[in-house]
Amino acid sequence: MTPAQSNARRFLRSVAAVFLKDWRSELRTRYAISALLMFVVTTIAIILFSLGSEGAPADVLSGMLWVVIFFGAMSGLSRTFVMEEERGTTLTLQLLATPAAIFFGKLLFNLVLVFALNAVTVLLYAGLIAGFTIRNVPAFLVTTVLGSIGFAAAATIIAAIIARANTRGTLYPVLTFPILLPLLLTVINATRLASEGAFIEEAYGEFQILVSYIVVIVVISYMLFEYIWKD
Amino acid sequence: MNGPIRMRGEGLAKVFNRRTIFSGISFSISAGATLLITGRNGSGKSTLVKIISNVLTPSAGTVTMDEGGHLLEGHWPDHVGMVSPYLQVFEEFSALENLHIAAGVRGLTFEPERAEALLARVSLFPRRNDPVRTFSSGMKQRVKYAFAMLHRPPVLILDEPMSNLDAEGTGIVRQIMEEQNREGLLIVATNDLTDIGHFDVRIDLNDARAK
Repeated sequence: MTPAQSNARRFLRSVAAVFLKDWRSELRTRYAISALLMFVVTTIAIILFSLGSEGAPADVLSGMLWVVIFFGAMSGLSRTFVMEEERGTTLTLQLLATPAAIFFGKLLFNLVLVFALNAVTVLLYAGLIAGFTIRNVPAFLVTTVLGSIGFAAAATIIAAIIARANTRGTLYPVLTFPILLPLLLTVINATRLASEGAFIEEAYGEFQILVSYIVVIVVISYMLFEYIWKD
Repeated sequence: MNGPIRMRGEGLAKVFNRRTIFSGISFSISAGATLLITGRNGSGKSTLVKIISNVLTPSAGTVTMDEGGHLLEGHWPDHVGMVSPYLQVFEEFSALENLHIAAGVRGLTFEPERAEALLARVSLFPRRNDPVRTFSSGMKQRVKYAFAMLHRPPVLILDEPMSNLDAEGTGIVRQIMEEQNREGLLIVATNDLTDIGHFDVRIDLNDARAK
């Protein structure tokens, strides 16, 4: 094995270990999972009661789905870094691994969390909200997957930034909103197209924006993370 | 190790909110030597320790480490082990799980025999599977020693090494320090000189504060 292969293997092992640590910690404390589920169930119930039997246009329902996902994600995704700061284990991680390994391990954890959150949200939302139907399932699946990755990537780097702040609770959604705005507008539009039964080709433009957004956020996060993490 | 390890600090300074904590700190130590850092409360001992550990960036100056003349860059986690009051282990996991996590996050293969031997060394073997949150502060300090030594670091950095330890724990740490002194490089930050048998280089931060 060449030194480069050996380093890559160690890096991947390190990333996996950070993810597994957070995952096992989450299974024991259930902090993020409980917060996310409670939020999603409560919000969907409120939407359900508000709409009653009235229903709403497809673009409004698509927007409301992503509102639920946005605030649900905000209630749990910052935990990955805030938890380390509160427990005083940030320094421990700094001494154990390179910033890149920590970042990608945390990103992986948030990805899994967002995918789980979105799966539950979409199932509950589609099952309970009358009038929300998906006529183009493949386009909706691509939108949800890309949207989830974008959410997790942006949420991870912002969580790393706000973990050091005193007002982290309120700062997180405030700081995240402008950064997630391009993503939110795109996924809402793509969801509307999928809901209306548009051909998948019509959503290609949205998919390109989502992929570009993910690439930009991940690359910038990778470049900035060492400065955020160290000082 | 590919050769004797050497650490050098040149012109180190740290400024927080326009307040100079210390400045003009330089040192050079090689394997087998002990660096002692002293200074009154607030003089920046822990700050200097963090800079030496490469987890905090100095406002000025550099810290370099070489092994047999080969400059080590970007691989510091492999070479440094640290114990300090502000360094915490993962309390929801057991002592043994903590060592498993430490090996994994370092990207190393976990060696259960070594982990158990280290926990036995710090007299925690019977409690190795209990969550760390159920431990006393002295026991947590012992876990930190096992955590810091797991990867056989050539540089061991101890900030207030005897903090929370009883007589038995103090004896164990003295032995660890002696061994580290034979095989690698030891850096100790304390004001209690009885904590440390001897030292080769001393940085007194009371003299290093900018006027």
